[in-house]
Amino acid sequence: MDIKEIIFWSLSTIAFITAIYTVIAKNPIFSAISLLVCFASIAGHYLLLNAQFLFIVHIIVYAGAIMVLFLTTLMLMNLNEETEKHKPAIAQIAALVIAVALGIVLMLAVRKANVILTMGPITGSIGDVKSLGTVLLSEYFYPFEFISVLLLSAMVGVVLLMKKDKTAALK
Amino acid sequence: MESAFLIEKGVIILVVFGITMLIALYSTFAERVLAGYFQDRLGPNRAGPGGLLQPLADGVKMFTKEDFIPETPNKLLFILGPGLAMTTALMTSAVIPWGRQLTLFGYTATLQAADINIAILYVFGVISIGVYGIMIGGWASNNKFSLLGAVRASSQMISYEVAMGLSMIAVLMVSGSLSMHEIAENQHGFIDWNWHGHKFAWPSWYVFKQPLAFLIFLICAFAETNRTPFDLPECESELVGGYHTEYSSMKLGFFLFAEYVNMFISSAIIAIVFFGGYNYPGMDWVHSTLGGNAETIIGTLVLFAKIFFFIFFYMWVRWTVPRFRYDQLMNLGWKILMPLAILNIVITGIVLIATGA
Repeated sequence: MDIKEIIFWSLSTIAFITAIYTVIAKNPIFSAISLLVCFASIAGHYLLLNAQFLFIVHIIVYAGAIMVLFLTTLMLMNLNEETEKHKPAIAQIAALVIAVALGIVLMLAVRKANVILTMGPITGSIGDVKSLGTVLLSEYFYPFEFISVLLLSAMVGVVLLMKKDKTAALK
Repeated sequence: MESAFLIEKGVIILVVFGITMLIALYSTFAERVLAGYFQDRLGPNRAGPGGLLQPLADGVKMFTKEDFIPETPNKLLFILGPGLAMTTALMTSAVIPWGRQLTLFGYTATLQAADINIAILYVFGVISIGVYGIMIGGWASNNKFSLLGAVRASSQMISYEVAMGLSMIAVLMVSGSLSMHEIAENQHGFIDWNWHGHKFAWPSWYVFKQPLAFLIFLICAFAETNRTPFDLPECESELVGGYHTEYSSMKLGFFLFAEYVNMFISSAIIAIVFFGGYNYPGMDWVHSTLGGNAETIIGTLVLFAKIFFFIFFYMWVRWTVPRFRYDQLMNLGWKILMPLAILNIVITGIVLIATGA
């Protein structure tokens, strides 16, 4: 086996196990940490595809920002004992149905998709910063700008919600 | 070629690891000597000549103390915390260019473990996951003070990462590259400045092109390394010992050591990105008269001199400036540094377009 294949299979195994453990872990902290490891191994896959920029942005955004916030919130909420309330049966059934439906949709999507990447050494400059920047600011200029406006409006909305909450609490 | 390449990189990694450890070890000593000087007292002077063996004595003390593990449901995470802190502290040095090329026995080696074209982003990525050691350790301690320290650390580091990243964007706009090696190479040479008929030439370091970015980056680097005036995660007047209250023996040593390693690495990044790295005046002259190896060795020594200055600067500030209050810290990060950094990006963009660069 090629060294890249070994790395691929070990990363996939780690990603798979940690993804499952994220769902079944009783302690939310362990769940969050295994999700973190899962993110890291998926980032490793990006690196195998020579998408360096995507790799590091994945690490910075998901592992470095989002999971830190998740973990902070969990640590503050879940101080000592595991205070997991039992959900009503109807909610459990609904969650199961939604999860199965989503799974079927994803599986169909994967089955219909064309395989464009083949295993093997991937070289070239597809994933580096320069080509990504060129593509984002020429071919995908309008979607890119729309997404940034969307994010800005979401940010303003969050600030607005926070302000409202504060004045209500003061009254 | 493959094995020679691996040996070259392996040697560089090992040497950098050793130097990092040595500098971190002696930074603890330097900190105490400087603290003594700033507070008009003697400082450590018992172990060895001039107290030089003090770090070794501290190390022996750390190793032989009782390794206490508190009553906690997560012993694994408790042990993982300091290990993660140390690992992430050491990871950053992989992309730092320590010098130009060195030719030994007909083999040319670049003094850098990995010259990747996203080096700056890699540094930010490692910094952003660096908080996990503190968070996980602080939470697993099962102690209110530790938890408060951990939460403070995470919110502080996330807040200052924003301003830090934005300040770096302005530098990247000037350099046009994310690679640390290219950023260092871009600062080679001099800028000629004509002022009322007087001719000046000074190094083309980015600190002269981006002074505001440098100031913001420096302040954020203090916050990211949890140094005074931003050491609220381990603020002893409020939180006993902060996130490492429950730690003892070498686990505590790892946390403290990681701080000094972080300090060394961030000094190296400041020196390379803003102060020209291994570039020094008269570099081309040395290259033409003494050869490439002499140029590289002097360059590396110059880089370390710059790094030592910034380590000294960290200590200087620590024993001079008092600690911030937590709301002041957040206000500084979000309401002052972040808008300033964005303003800096806009100004840089306008200047770059106006000068046609």
